[in-house]
Amino acid sequence: MIAFSDVTKSYSVGTHALRGVSMQIEDGEFAFLVGPSGSGKSTIIKLITGELKPTSGTVHVNGYSLERIRRREIPYLRRTVGVVFQDFRLIDTKSVYDNVAFAMRAIGAREREIRERVPYILELVGLENKSRRHPTELSGGEQQRLAIARALVNNPSTIIADEPTGNLDPARSLEIMSLLQEINNLGTTMLVVTHERDLVERFGKRVIAIDEGLVVHDGTDGYYRL
Amino acid sequence: MKLTNLGYLIKEGIRGIFLHGFMSLAAVVVTVACLLIVGSFSCLVYNVNVMVEDLNKTNEVLAFVDDSLTDAEARSIGTVINQIPNVHKAEFVHRDKAWESFVEDHGNDPAFDGVDPKTTIRHRFVVTLEDNELMKETAAQLESITGIDKVNAAYEIARGFSTIKNVLHIASVAVIGVLLVVSLLIISNTVKLAMYDRKDEIAIMKMVGATNGFIRLPFVVEGFVLGMVGAMIAFFLEWAMYNALVEKLTVVDTLHLFSFVPFTQPELMQTMVATFVAAGLFVGVVGSWTSIRKFMDV
Ligand SMILES: Nc1ncnc2c1ncn2[C@@H]1O[C@H](COP(=O)(O)OP(=O)(O)OP(=O)(O)O)[C@@H](O)[C@H]1O
Ligand SMILES: [Mg+2]
Repeated sequence: MIAFSDVTKSYSVGTHALRGVSMQIEDGEFAFLVGPSGSGKSTIIKLITGELKPTSGTVHVNGYSLERIRRREIPYLRRTVGVVFQDFRLIDTKSVYDNVAFAMRAIGAREREIRERVPYILELVGLENKSRRHPTELSGGEQQRLAIARALVNNPSTIIADEPTGNLDPARSLEIMSLLQEINNLGTTMLVVTHERDLVERFGKRVIAIDEGLVVHDGTDGYYRL
Repeated sequence: MKLTNLGYLIKEGIRGIFLHGFMSLAAVVVTVACLLIVGSFSCLVYNVNVMVEDLNKTNEVLAFVDDSLTDAEARSIGTVINQIPNVHKAEFVHRDKAWESFVEDHGNDPAFDGVDPKTTIRHRFVVTLEDNELMKETAAQLESITGIDKVNAAYEIARGFSTIKNVLHIASVAVIGVLLVVSLLIISNTVKLAMYDRKDEIAIMKMVGATNGFIRLPFVVEGFVLGMVGAMIAFFLEWAMYNALVEKLTVVDTLHLFSFVPFTQPELMQTMVATFVAAGLFVGVVGSWTSIRKFMDV
């Protein structure tokens, strides 16, 4: 569960990125986070992953209280939250398989677990036949799938995707969204940041809209206006 | 951390060394150079120390026995002298023996013609001390023994030796300190470069929830291996250089002014192994550890 309660966040010199955000996303839910550029979406994600601390208010994520989390607890919080970035952040020198395995190794998984889990995840995202390729030999959509696979492989209870379709054509975007929905159907909480109104309306899920650091709309009808 | 991961972490660390081949080589070379200087300096200090110590041992205290005592009484004072804690050895020298060696040294000198040993030369104890720095105190204790008339002790020389030792000590600590810091900085920079090279990987590791210790370990392994390889190479080079130098000097030193401790002498060997291992460890592990801290935020 993700719960923001009256959260403000100011960057050093008077930029008030968030000015009192309250929202709650239940386990297993699927929600879109929308808003214009500079409205505070990435700031919200960084607060969820413990990269930033709120200036005031409380942030609860999967049992951790982010406003007073200890440094050495942050890695364990992050294991519960998989993040997918718009720019993928893949390692070009590693194969598709190793990019995914790398995330497991990073948290100390055993080689035997890795050999079982990675092929399963690659199949889930439709990359089972490309495990030996390198990221540069993949299409944009495939790279995004790989990024999703990596976010998924440690079995986090929540996945956050920051503009996962920003670089893709409409058909690929739809495929990626469908994949995220499929993953959500398997029980993973999903928070997707996007600019693409068409997609949001098409999926008819909950939409949280923010503008200038405030929640301006929160509804489940797949519709929003700013 | 599970033991099964250790293999992976160590492998990653060693992979890093080859990935940054040139920098690793540079780091090892610089470490070797610094450790060689540290090692040579330690060897020098060690030898000078031994020589000073040897010279100092010859700085004996003479305790003259009261003339009125019989030979047997005079000899018995030895047990009293030996009870003083700082006394290493007290050797009784009979006045006749002392006279003989006096004649040996000054026999041809007409100034001593017609001198009667009975009235001029006293029985004496030649006393060597455990610690010459306490010579003054010990001489006073010797003087207070009944039957001891007078004590001859060269405090100044003793003090001089201890000054030499202290100066050497301070100088060596300073030089070794500076050199260690230099090697430390170099290794630290190498590891920093290695980390910079992999900052994307580190960012991903952090993102998926790797602990700081887990991220750090391969780099510490890298620093450790670099430091140890440097230390090992430096150690054997030092050994070879030392032997070559001693050989050269012994040929030149026909007067036997110097006495060199062989490198394989256990105490020197142990000191050297300890110095190199400690320095290699320190430089490698501390060097990498400190360079990583910068990359660990967030
Ligand atoms: N590190 C920072 N230091 C100072 N100000 C920042 C920093 N990061 C973000 N901001 C400011 O905070 C506000 C919110 O930024 P944020 O990145 O959350 O927006 P966003 O909704 O993700 O925008 P976009 O859609 O363009 O990614 C902006 O005004 C931005 O300029
Ligand atoms: Mg953003």
